[in-house]
Amino acid sequence: MIVDLAVAEETAKLLYIRALKLLPDDVKEGFARLDAGESDATAKDVLATMIRNIDVAEKTDNLLCQDTGIPIYNVTIGRNVDVDGFALKEAIRRGCARATKEYPLRSSIVHPLTRVNEHTSCGRRVPVINIDFSDTDDELLIEMIPKGSGSENGSFLKMCIPADGVDGIKVFVIDKVLEAGGRVCPPTIVGVGVGGTADLCVHLAKIAATRPLGTSCDDPDGARLEEELTTAVNSLGVGPQGLGGDSTAFAVHVEMAATHITMNPVAVNIQCHSARRASATFTPDGIELGF
Amino acid sequence: MTEHDLRMPCGEADVRKLRISDHVTLQGTLFGIRDATQIHMFDKHRNTRFDLNGHAVIHTAPNVRKVEPSERYPAGYAPICIGTTTSARMERFTRPLMHQYGVRIIIGKGGLGDESLKAFGDLGGVYLAIIGGTAALETTWIETIEDVDLDDLNPESLWKFRIRDFGPLRVAMDSHGGSLYDTVRRDAAGRRAAALAAMGVRG
Repeated sequence: MIVDLAVAEETAKLLYIRALKLLPDDVKEGFARLDAGESDATAKDVLATMIRNIDVAEKTDNLLCQDTGIPIYNVTIGRNVDVDGFALKEAIRRGCARATKEYPLRSSIVHPLTRVNEHTSCGRRVPVINIDFSDTDDELLIEMIPKGSGSENGSFLKMCIPADGVDGIKVFVIDKVLEAGGRVCPPTIVGVGVGGTADLCVHLAKIAATRPLGTSCDDPDGARLEEELTTAVNSLGVGPQGLGGDSTAFAVHVEMAATHITMNPVAVNIQCHSARRASATFTPDGIELGF
Repeated sequence: MTEHDLRMPCGEADVRKLRISDHVTLQGTLFGIRDATQIHMFDKHRNTRFDLNGHAVIHTAPNVRKVEPSERYPAGYAPICIGTTTSARMERFTRPLMHQYGVRIIIGKGGLGDESLKAFGDLGGVYLAIIGGTAALETTWIETIEDVDLDDLNPESLWKFRIRDFGPLRVAMDSHGGSLYDTVRRDAAGRRAAALAAMGVRG
């Protein structure tokens, strides 16, 4: 399969706008599940407003949230895909800038020292473009995530030591959810990275935070940890927007990597209730849009 | 819980009446303000031509479209999506906003801290919680962007919105020392040990 770069650029533009407007079905179902189990009257009221907003965004064809986020594109290249990788990254970057200029979207991206905004949602190393490979024949997948800053500021890393054990991981996650409180726009998806190097651990936490609801860690011990932490986090009473209630998180997700004998790193990266994603799958038959 | 309808600007007595968990709907004028706006106002000592006395500010930086100024779009900007950002980053600006500019109401998400709560008590102000991430809904409460100042900071300009039925918003911090966030934080901290014990964490 040969990837048409003009189409890739157009798709990168479309995905940014689509992600900002349409909430994935798994997140909508997550809202219904939380609402059904919520016992606090204020929390019920807050969840109802969030659910109403999803409806208003669709009916008025508007963005769900004002925060256009930091644009992230996750590209997965299958086998027998003929694509100039460098040119593909350039095409995605152009698509991201065009979405911002042509829609127009608020550019939330500034130089980290001068704070100058180029009004393109682009800057040095942004959009973040992650490239990976799969063994699927003739398929290219582009996933777009506008990562909101309120929840991204709820990011933490601790280089626990082996003697801290799994208990150290559990304590860290609970304490960071308490520390973040309402600032990260709960109900959230709490992404937890375990193992790896420091940078890999944080990256795993991001993968966990942006994984669809209803999916589990593919390691059985990791999946059990997810269940334990989800119950524990929702017993704290932080609630939607930090105003109290049972619905602190849709779920806690865990992603893991092997680590060094001297290390036990744990990272937390949080996704807000506007858990936005959009994806496009390129195959020889055309492009299919999804979440 | 009491319902209040407030036309902006308002006076100290109006906000002193508000208690946590009350609902407030605002009418008239609302100013949009954010990190860079306040860094420039208070750290770089830039002045605004707007009179914020007795007014409400919302922590925001909107999505807008630049258009020709007209009766409908007096500032030359059409609103696209206007929402709210996390307030905690702007904690240190609450007192100067109230003391120097006479601001009475701060609207945001996630709450403010102890210093802000003290300023609300000392000077007469409140924090109204809006539901973060519900910008599509909030945009329907905004009639137009009336004016804009410090626009070199766009999108973190100082925005003047004309609003109608903006709310209902929940009083989350009042001028009598009440803070819903403090109550929830204390309660949640009290549940920490039980949450850890349930996962078999050795205390």
